[in-house]
Amino acid sequence: MVNVTPSVQDALKGIRVDEDATTATDEIAITVPTAAASSTPQDEPSGDDLVFDVSELSVFYGDFRAVRDVNMKIRRNEITAMIGPSGCGKSTVLRSFNRMNDLIPTARVAGNLLYRGVDLYDERVDPVEVRRRIGMVFQKPNPFPKSIYDNVAYGPRVAGRKKGLDEVVESSLRKAALWDEVKDRLQDSAIGLSGGQQQRLSIARAIAVDPEVLLMDEPCSALDPIATARIEELMAEIKAEYTILIVTHNMQQAARVSDRTAFFSVELDEANDRRTGLLVEYTDTAKLFSNPDDERTENYITGRFG
Amino acid sequence: MTDMTIRPDRAPLTVDVLAGPVSRLRKETAIRWFFFSAALVSIGISILIIWSLVNEAWTFISQVDWSVTWGETGWFPRRGLYDMPTLLVASLIVTIVAMFVAGPLGLGSAIYLSEYASRRTRSILKPVLEVLAGVPSVVLGFFALFFISPQLIERIGRNGWLVIGALIVLTYVALVAGWARNLMKREAGTPVSVQVQRILMLTLLVAGALVLVWWVNGVAETADTFAVKRSGQLAAAAVGVGILTIPLVASIAEDALASVPRELREASAGLGARKATTTTQVVLPAAVSGIVAAFIIGISRALGETMVVFMAGGAADASQFTSSPFDGGLTMTAGMASLATGTDSVVGEGLTFQSLYFVGMVLFLLTLFLNVVAGRFVNRVREKY
Ligand SMILES: Nc1ncnc2c1ncn2[C@@H]1O[C@H](COP(=O)(O)OP(=O)(O)OP(=O)(O)O)[C@@H](O)[C@H]1O
Ligand SMILES: [Mg+2]
Repeated sequence: MVNVTPSVQDALKGIRVDEDATTATDEIAITVPTAAASSTPQDEPSGDDLVFDVSELSVFYGDFRAVRDVNMKIRRNEITAMIGPSGCGKSTVLRSFNRMNDLIPTARVAGNLLYRGVDLYDERVDPVEVRRRIGMVFQKPNPFPKSIYDNVAYGPRVAGRKKGLDEVVESSLRKAALWDEVKDRLQDSAIGLSGGQQQRLSIARAIAVDPEVLLMDEPCSALDPIATARIEELMAEIKAEYTILIVTHNMQQAARVSDRTAFFSVELDEANDRRTGLLVEYTDTAKLFSNPDDERTENYITGRFG
Repeated sequence: MTDMTIRPDRAPLTVDVLAGPVSRLRKETAIRWFFFSAALVSIGISILIIWSLVNEAWTFISQVDWSVTWGETGWFPRRGLYDMPTLLVASLIVTIVAMFVAGPLGLGSAIYLSEYASRRTRSILKPVLEVLAGVPSVVLGFFALFFISPQLIERIGRNGWLVIGALIVLTYVALVAGWARNLMKREAGTPVSVQVQRILMLTLLVAGALVLVWWVNGVAETADTFAVKRSGQLAAAAVGVGILTIPLVASIAEDALASVPRELREASAGLGARKATTTTQVVLPAAVSGIVAAFIIGISRALGETMVVFMAGGAADASQFTSSPFDGGLTMTAGMASLATGTDSVVGEGLTFQSLYFVGMVLFLLTLFLNVVAGRFVNRVREKY
């Protein structure tokens, strides 16, 4: 961000132009939680500050309830970390935030998931519109078999943008700390990049769409410590513009980068003898790691998880 | 002291102990030889076939008067006229028309099955496609001879097609004119390439449609003749070959599409792309070599198809040269089949018998070449993921 020129900033803002119309309509809907806010405690976010309002969310794969009891209020411009043992449903929950689960035929969501006051699972909502606002970075780097340039320009292009692609590509690659490494070979195939470079390309690709929210599913698990540090730096830098949710297995990382942390766990569901994930505790990161309310959280963060 | 440290169940280790029982080794060797000889016999048979092919073909090559093999004089092997262009052009016509049927329909089915169909739909449709693959070519030859050429066309009539052709042309002109005006109005810097691409694609599409109309019209013109003679026609046979080739193209193309990782589709969806965009911009480019391979293998299949062209191609064991799909003609395969049927069939001028092998060898080399090229493309898909 430091060395991003003003013209690049303007170019980035250009993408948001078509969003003004929808912002206006959203404003009406946002008034609903504001009215409800009066009865909630002081630190509860409300109105414009409240990006996601999740209550009693469960996600099913067929008959199997993979995760239950998710209640979260996620604030604007905050980084929320999601931690917990493998299989507790972190990815499942994260993917329900931009309706990525729609791609899995058996997946089904129950409960409420409001995005800026709008029910994301309202039948009139088009998942494609949702994903243009709520971007995603996956655990595995997955470059398209295209040039580096075309990879980054893909999102803006499918959104119908034709002008100023060069600037978007450059600024996105700069933000993802990849520009210097690839600026001389933008037309080379992205498949030829190293794993860590590919992952930063995935991040640049997601940023290029200029989403309001960035969902990241273990974005650093394939990266070396230096690249990881760069990504963490990047997250801190872009926090002013985006709301970020990050799934991570690295508790130091969660503690370092996030404002709030959600701890998920798995418990045996007596009803069908399968292990269902659940949200155990969701609070300030500092509190969760120093003085958690729940014993299960404490066991997990101190390494005593069975 | 030493006796105490060695455990009693550990006798001194020798090479014999580690060598294992001799009987087991023998059995393994025998099994190995059994499978090796099975492979050897198959390879041996193939080599014998190729050798006899080359042997007889060589007799033809070394003795034939080459002037009778090239001159559009027609294929009359019993009279010593071995005009290769007659067979080659007929084969080419059949293959091209067949691929116009099998290419779009095969790829279209593959895309539908792999990208759009639900698991249940796919479980119903895939077997249907496989049944189509299992239809004996005699049946399709019969179908092509009696249904594709005369009756279908007779029913549709002729003037209707002229109107449709005119409508297509008018729509095309209107669309292109609209886009051209758009192009003029936009200031410099807009991606002209996209517009040009669109116009090019539309032109191709329209050209294809017009060819179809022209063809149907041509068939309609000669429909009366068919009603009387029930004779075949290269184009009718080719459509039959195309139908036979659809399942092959579809299944290879579907494999190629299925080998594109799910993550790529998710990444594309995550960037706000619609399904159609994901399919055309990400999935198809990622699977392009497999799709090309599917087409090449389809071509090779259409080239080698015999029964349909033999029955519905509209020529007996000899044929005039023709470059029109609406005439009867003799492909390489049909030419060979018709020479080799019956008991006393392969007689005539001295080299009639050998000419059959020569044509066979040309066909073999063409098919081999196509399959090798297709294999290259398939491997490229595998290497990438
Ligand atoms: N497509 C699917 N179909 C059926 N079940 C699934 C599917 N994806 C995930 N699950 C199940 O849902 C549960 C939660 O999986 P999920 O991937 O969300 O866990 P996670 O917390 O992200 O684990 P990890 O830390 O290993 O990534 C698991 O029991 C998993 O087996
Ligand atoms: Mg996961």
